[in-house]
Amino acid sequence: MEKLKSPRTGGILVLCAIIAILPAFLSNAFQLEIAILIFFNAIVCIGLNLLIGYGGQISLGHGAFVGLGAYGSAILSMGQGWDPLLAMVIAATFTGALAFVIARPILKLKGHYLAMATLGMGIIISIVINTEDQFTGGPDGMYVDGLSFVTKQIHWYWLIGGLLVFSVWASLNLIHSPIGRALRAVHGSEVAAEVVGVDTTRFKVMIFVVSAVFASVVGSLGVYYSNFVTPNIAGFFHSIELVVMVVFGGMASTFGAVVGAAILTTLPQFLTFLHDYEHLVFGLILMLTMIYLPKGLVPTIAAFFKKGNKS
Amino acid sequence: MSLLKVNDLSIVFGGVKAIDTLSFEINSGTIHSIIGPNGAGKTTLFNLITGVYTPTNGTILFDDEGVTGFKPYELAARGMSRTFQNLQIFFNMTAIENVMVGAHLHLNRGFLASFFGLPQIKKGDQYCRETCMELLDFVGLKKYADTDTDSMPYGALKRLEIARALASKPKILLLDEPAAGLNPAESREIDNVIKKVAERGITVVLVEHDMKMVMEISDHILVLDYGRKLTEGTALEVRNNPDVIAAYLGG
Repeated sequence: MEKLKSPRTGGILVLCAIIAILPAFLSNAFQLEIAILIFFNAIVCIGLNLLIGYGGQISLGHGAFVGLGAYGSAILSMGQGWDPLLAMVIAATFTGALAFVIARPILKLKGHYLAMATLGMGIIISIVINTEDQFTGGPDGMYVDGLSFVTKQIHWYWLIGGLLVFSVWASLNLIHSPIGRALRAVHGSEVAAEVVGVDTTRFKVMIFVVSAVFASVVGSLGVYYSNFVTPNIAGFFHSIELVVMVVFGGMASTFGAVVGAAILTTLPQFLTFLHDYEHLVFGLILMLTMIYLPKGLVPTIAAFFKKGNKS
Repeated sequence: MSLLKVNDLSIVFGGVKAIDTLSFEINSGTIHSIIGPNGAGKTTLFNLITGVYTPTNGTILFDDEGVTGFKPYELAARGMSRTFQNLQIFFNMTAIENVMVGAHLHLNRGFLASFFGLPQIKKGDQYCRETCMELLDFVGLKKYADTDTDSMPYGALKRLEIARALASKPKILLLDEPAAGLNPAESREIDNVIKKVAERGITVVLVEHDMKMVMEISDHILVLDYGRKLTEGTALEVRNNPDVIAAYLGG
């Protein structure tokens, strides 16, 4: 019983319950589509949160990893005729390997410089996807067959919903392990982490690769779901969107990443009635949240309840 | 027997020799203090020994193994740990978690086992938590175990750093001004902790300005001035050395 009350198990149960009940309230295919999109974004954000929120590193190029997964899958499954799942695994392996190779030089940088380097990396990958049109179809994008065994939209909902629960669970496991503590230590003080035996470079590289693989897998599944991919997926704006979701939901909070993805994916839909002013209000909401809740949504609310319990 | 041996160590920062051909030995099981006026190179020496800086010249032997140019985490794996003059606390964690990071090297760090939350990871953490709780008790911070470190008093954080360093099970512990900024009562607490650490058989190396503390607890004192060795010896020998008096009072 005590275990159910812990934020860890309790949070996962609440998430499962929400995912299970949600379809009953979604009246049309469009709403279901948004829900699936939230799940996709949330999974990328969980991975990105491990890097940004826990490891204290920044990446302004994670859209590129989503793009690599998406295009890797598209090219291997359509161009080469591979099995889509095998294509997904190979794309994720390649993305992970690429992240590993560039992580060492990139993660030596700190703060603004790291932001610039990851930004540059993202832009390069995005340009390559745009210009190599004999493989990628260039700016027109590519058509991709879906998975033969998941055809109905509601099946996709359960598949990606399930994957989201798994990602949350795995992320929480990782954080509550020696690896997770080492990561947070890297964020807290690199030199102090080093003198008690934490090989900080290794952990930074590791989490960069993990977050890239999360992004790549989502990219692959995303193209199988939508049957189409355009270079926008690897673009700068997508990368920024992902970072904003993590920061908005709350850094160093796995559930925060999920909440951030959910709100920032749905919010534009609610604001469509504002027509031309949509983006203006969207930006304003972001600004006000960051000014008044600088720690992000979930940590601020959690701290509020923690305080309430004590008094 | 000498645990740490430093030979002709030098480091140059843009033309300034912060440490200049320094040689000394530290015997195992002693409390060894390094003193000297401000800017004498004490903290630089610590950074050289613990691998934060790489020396320009000279060698360092730890436990009869050449460790010159080793990274701090490699030295930690061989039994060396330290605290910092300016606090280096993981402020994004609770006190007990800070100490548990100290035990990093002694825990299962397999990626897949952690990712899937296997029982061995949880069991290891459970055990680690208990031993770290004992360490917190050892430095007198048990009541702060689950407190966020950003709401703990300064004096407590100084002792938390010692507990964290001890969790790595060091053979040698380097303390950089553990009593700096503390009031006399807190200073005495640190004093006791250091003595208790030494009683556990851990070799302690201390940089400290609190002369009363240094003279009282040190078995051996090394005096630095302008990056060179001024003299070394027991508290009594050092106290009566005219060079030391001159360096401190100017003359």
